[in-house]
Amino acid sequence: MDTTVVTENEENVWGGGNRPLGASYGKLMMWFFIVSDALTFSGFLASYGFSRFKFIETWPIADEVFTHVPFFHGNYPMIYVAFMTFVLIMSSVTMVLAVDAGHKMMQKKVVLYMFLTIIGGAIFVGSQAWEWATFIKGDYGALETKGGRILQFVQADSGARAAITEFAADLPEERVQNTRDKGVWFTDEASLTTVSLNEVVEGFKANPNILIRTETINEEGEKTLLNREESLAKLTDAVRVVEGANLIRNEYGSRLFADFFFFITGFHGFHVFSGVVINVIIFFNVILGTYQRRGHYEMVEKVGLYWHFVDLVWVFVFTFFYLV
Amino acid sequence: MAHEHKLEIFRGLLKFKSNTQKIWGVLIFLSIVTAIEVVLGITKPAILVENSFIDMKLLNWIFIILTLVKAYYIAWDFMHLRDEKSSLRRAIVWTPIFLVSYLVFILLFEATYIYEVFKEGFLAWNF
Repeated sequence: MDTTVVTENEENVWGGGNRPLGASYGKLMMWFFIVSDALTFSGFLASYGFSRFKFIETWPIADEVFTHVPFFHGNYPMIYVAFMTFVLIMSSVTMVLAVDAGHKMMQKKVVLYMFLTIIGGAIFVGSQAWEWATFIKGDYGALETKGGRILQFVQADSGARAAITEFAADLPEERVQNTRDKGVWFTDEASLTTVSLNEVVEGFKANPNILIRTETINEEGEKTLLNREESLAKLTDAVRVVEGANLIRNEYGSRLFADFFFFITGFHGFHVFSGVVINVIIFFNVILGTYQRRGHYEMVEKVGLYWHFVDLVWVFVFTFFYLV
Repeated sequence: MAHEHKLEIFRGLLKFKSNTQKIWGVLIFLSIVTAIEVVLGITKPAILVENSFIDMKLLNWIFIILTLVKAYYIAWDFMHLRDEKSSLRRAIVWTPIFLVSYLVFILLFEATYIYEVFKEGFLAWNF
């Protein structure tokens, strides 16, 4: 009793017994982590907004980038991301149901719902891997100018995007990939593109039906289409072929776009992955009856908080990366 | 830890009989909101795209507001903030809201300024 403060129910404040916020130590620490992690994600999304506002007139349009659905050909913007969002919300629901069953001390139900949550998380991570693979592979290909801007191609009659491999001329040229042992002053280069710059340029000249689309967004909110003369003039600025995306350049437009895509969805995907791992650990603990013996399922509630947080972040990533 | 759950959402407009029912109710609500977002994102109604409010398209305002609505229900019902003490709830919610709005305000203003410099200044980047 000496000098320490005591509460009404005679608990020692320094012993961890007093809980002014009505939450246990572990739960409180999980909230601490979630708030700080939320600030990290906000930092990423805010810097995405910064770069986007900086290049507001040339930023890629997400609807034209993420148009693929596995096993289906054609143009389906947003459908797959919407599916991923739904999967994550659904796994959040099974997680709350697991927490709810835990409150009622129903071990079997907790096991079932934890299992479903893990499956949902795995589907989401798999989908994200597929998104990445599609994004990295690219679909139409583009040219890059001296200034690092991207030139895409469109068919004049249909208005549909034209792939560079479709119209590129077949030139009898030999291209050698520069490697460190053969290169000039020990430099090397990334793997060669399927068609060379010359082949695209010659193919473009030979095919009057192809036009160039620049990064600039016009008043209708669409990318600017050049006419044939402007296209031919613009073509002289091109310095290299870009296929797909990497951290340096991408065929969709602004370089920062791909960087932010990899960084933000990658960091989120890493969170989902760790969430699945933690869920698996807790899942086995539930099966072993650890929490049944402990008398409460608060551990399930704590990983649940983390899992919902991952869902919460995705809601924001979905909005700012795919919708806005 | 088995404290009582508050079983009403929409300020008491919708009351549920059990916590499980409330969870499914919130799921249905979140799914409807996501569906609205996706439909608006695909159709892009001309009225919402052409008109803007404080330099942002109405469509984007709708997206952001719907996102905050979804975030509210995930935090309040899935993360059980509705059942926590109000002091904990306020500490968790208002700290990030204050810091993030400050950060966003500063960064977006700075970005708009840089955009002006790139556009008006004697600097070529789009070539």
